[in-house]
Amino acid sequence: MSTGPRRLDIEEVGDITIAKFVDKKILDETNIQIIGNQLFGLVDEDGRKKIVLDFSSVEYLSSAALGKLIQMDKKVKAAKGKLKLCAIRPEILEVFQITRLDKMFDIRPSQDSALESF
Amino acid sequence: MSRAKERRISIPSDTAEGAVVQEEIISALEENGFSDRDVFGARLALEEAIVNAIKHGNGLDPDKQVHIHWKVDESQMRVEVTDEGPGFQVEDVPDPTDDENLERPCGRGIMLMKAFMTKVEYSPSGNSVVLEKVRSEVAAQ
Repeated sequence: MSTGPRRLDIEEVGDITIAKFVDKKILDETNIQIIGNQLFGLVDEDGRKKIVLDFSSVEYLSSAALGKLIQMDKKVKAAKGKLKLCAIRPEILEVFQITRLDKMFDIRPSQDSALESF
Repeated sequence: MSRAKERRISIPSDTAEGAVVQEEIISALEENGFSDRDVFGARLALEEAIVNAIKHGNGLDPDKQVHIHWKVDESQMRVEVTDEGPGFQVEDVPDPTDDENLERPCGRGIMLMKAFMTKVEYSPSGNSVVLEKVRSEVAAQ
């Protein structure tokens, strides 16, 4: 299942899946829905358990996007997998800190450090 | 040089229309020398306020409109967003940073607006919000 244009660049490193956001702005509701479906598909359809989300392209994200990430984290945990977030620019990291989500997610500074942390 | 701008506009309950207004306000901020950080915060706050009005206020009802009155000059931004919904009381929204709410996917928009704006004020009827952002000091060029 793929709804709409691909919003994630997927790369496999061993048994780890790196999903890199394509969009600079994760704001629009429809877009967030598509991204959510593609993220959830990694777990539900492809059965991936070790997932890194790379935010290096992302310049803006809304609270609706945060909601989707929370759902993704729950889904991965329910499947006994691990989700890591990485390469988040300082302004976006502040959004995670304000909402205390930096305590909930495993956030790593770079893709390399995220890969090493599994 | 100040490029003060003010506009009143009513849009349908459609987030794409909201995005157009957002871009106009962002352009005005940039023209008036607001910093990248101010613009970042304004974009987030505007997105949250307009989407809240369209989704939660008007319930995506195509017969209802969102009224936006914005003003930007070299010292501050003021944006009033009013929907045609029943309104809500901001105190009734649960704190998303409480441990029991941390995993809930909703409720972070108002918190982000308050974090990035100088002032966020809801009308007593709860269907209108005013966002104010005083321009941060920019180092002399």
